[in-house]
Amino acid sequence: MATAGAERHPGAWLLVLPAALFIFAFTNVPLLATLVSSLYASPVAGHGGGFVGLDNYRDLLTDPGFRTSLLNNLIYAAVTVPASVVLALLMALGVNAAIPGRATLRLSFFLPTMLPMIAVGAIWLFFYTPQYGLVDRFTRLVGIGDINWLGDTATALPAMMAVAIWKQSGFFMIFYLAALQNVPPVLREAASLEGVSHLYFFRRVTLPLLGPTTLFVTVTAAINAFCVVDHVVEMTQGGPDNASSLLLYYVYQAGFRDWDLDTAAAATVVLALILGIVAALTFALFGRRVHYR
Amino acid sequence: MPAISRRLVLAGAASTTGLLSAPAIVRAQQVKELNFYYPVTVSAPMATIIAEYCEQYAKETGVTVKPTYAGNYQDTLTKAVTAIRGGNGPQFSIMLTADIHTLQALDVIVPFDEIGLDKTAKDWLASFWPAFMYNTHIGGKTWSMPFQRSVMVMFYNKAAFTKAGLDPDHYPTDWKSQALAAQKLTNRQGSAPMWGIQLPADISNGHWTFGALCGSNNFNLMNDSGTKVFYDAPKAVETLEYWVSLSKTYNATPPGVSAWPTLVPGFLRGDAAIIVTSTGNLANITANATFPFDIALPAGNPHPGSVVGGGSLYIFKHASHGERQAALRFAQWLTAPDRAADWSRRTGYVCVTQPAFDTPTMKAYIEKNPVAARPKDFLPAAHGELSTFQDARVQTILENHIAAALSGNETPAAALKAAQAEAEGILRRYQHV
Repeated sequence: MATAGAERHPGAWLLVLPAALFIFAFTNVPLLATLVSSLYASPVAGHGGGFVGLDNYRDLLTDPGFRTSLLNNLIYAAVTVPASVVLALLMALGVNAAIPGRATLRLSFFLPTMLPMIAVGAIWLFFYTPQYGLVDRFTRLVGIGDINWLGDTATALPAMMAVAIWKQSGFFMIFYLAALQNVPPVLREAASLEGVSHLYFFRRVTLPLLGPTTLFVTVTAAINAFCVVDHVVEMTQGGPDNASSLLLYYVYQAGFRDWDLDTAAAATVVLALILGIVAALTFALFGRRVHYR
Repeated sequence: MPAISRRLVLAGAASTTGLLSAPAIVRAQQVKELNFYYPVTVSAPMATIIAEYCEQYAKETGVTVKPTYAGNYQDTLTKAVTAIRGGNGPQFSIMLTADIHTLQALDVIVPFDEIGLDKTAKDWLASFWPAFMYNTHIGGKTWSMPFQRSVMVMFYNKAAFTKAGLDPDHYPTDWKSQALAAQKLTNRQGSAPMWGIQLPADISNGHWTFGALCGSNNFNLMNDSGTKVFYDAPKAVETLEYWVSLSKTYNATPPGVSAWPTLVPGFLRGDAAIIVTSTGNLANITANATFPFDIALPAGNPHPGSVVGGGSLYIFKHASHGERQAALRFAQWLTAPDRAADWSRRTGYVCVTQPAFDTPTMKAYIEKNPVAARPKDFLPAAHGELSTFQDARVQTILENHIAAALSGNETPAAALKAAQAEAEGILRRYQHV
């Protein structure tokens, strides 16, 4: 089919060529190079080195740091993706209605999106500080007392997840808001004539019409869950005891702190593989239910 | 004073020395520009001060030295090594003193001895406090010059000591009385709750705190060649048990991990009566404390002790002969007594030499702030910082398990046993080097 298309439109290939070249040079080649180098070991102080097959991957699986980072990241994605999407939808429904102060509300929901992640990290670092942080002031008011959010192995990851949800929900809300504005008012009117309840209308009309948006937002959230680690770098450096370490942060540490490029390459391949699976799953699960107009 | 390379002098016969070394001198003098990276890790206006020094140096010598701020110690190392591997790195850098083995394994630094040290330069290297020369020697050569050096100390709030009925002029000297004092100082009721003591345990700082406590137990965590650690030795376990007991037994410190950056603001606000931190915070705390405070060595088992830390100046291998010599000259200029004293006053880092302490300006400053003279007296009781091959990794392993012990997930003995096993796995391949 592609050949037939190319024969008919030789010009089309020329038009795609620059973009394809860039994708090839800056995405495909590095990925392949990473894959290749993950199968080799670098010599240590002049010893060893050469092709080692899957040894780097075997080392990776026995590294508690990697296993914790992987597990953390799966939990992190499983929580932040649905939470951000649902929250974004709820916020969008809220500020879509004709209520007083709507513009202010929209702005305040969207505000976190405009901040760079590194600024968000700095703000939340202060929020979470024991004793004089904002969160602790609240918990002390209601009598729960000091909680060392980032300093306890049990609360560090949930604390990071809250930051991510806070940061990205407002962004997704904007997409939902735009989609909601595109739902034709005639449908609402027709439904009222039929005497349909709000909930039923939402479930059978609004939600399906928001399908493409939900797909886009979910994919974006899933990618963010694996690719945004600025707040980890700034707030916890993966600690305490790897409790808040995520996969990409593990890759960074292996590559740029330890200069262990073999491990970093193997972990990168795992990360790329997970992202591929996430993308494939999302399209497979939602693909059939999404109605593009 | 032209620095003639020792190697060149040795290579040439006496009569031709002048001829042979002449081009070297010309080359060295031709170096008109140097680049270096520096980290900022204490709350002082370091960028301003360093820029000022470089400007002054350019005026005096005509050599432009361009400083680049590169983040914390870890960032600085990463950026410098990445830039060097990219073929465009700085000629020298201020980096963590304890990273010596890591830098050597990365094959990016050059020992000062290979650059060529004349008599003046040798005397200069011998003038630093011996404690600050820990972690600077490998194979009988000197690989870095002490610059922003510090000691881990206890900062304590004297007003809180008085209020709790403790003697504010004598900090406890043994573990037990330190713990009991911290317990007395702790007050979790009322509108202004206070913890007795706080120790940083977050990533990249926890190992240093633990090093200080081990120092106070008269114990070193590693061997000199950086190929072995002794995390699970009985004295290390005893030390971690003491640390954990401060929260578990005495309820004198918050449970879990306290982060380094929160400690000084908390101390200044009165959230903690004693904090363990670097003397590098001295200038900041002196300027901002609204209550009388003092510093002391961590109480010991049985004698007080601590650990040195901070950054040193390393010269990179990829720099040309002339650039290396120019960097060495700048390093000497940077640690001349008056400048070292100025640096110490404005940052809180310890004067790296005795002559710096003896300058009139420093003496006048100490008269006003007697606290500034203390770190010098702590140095004899200070141990070297945890320094091994793959430094950051080996330290992080320790920090992870300390965090697990402080969070109550692992017992001190089990935590350190696991840390030892993990660290050995990494260090094994360096043991035959």
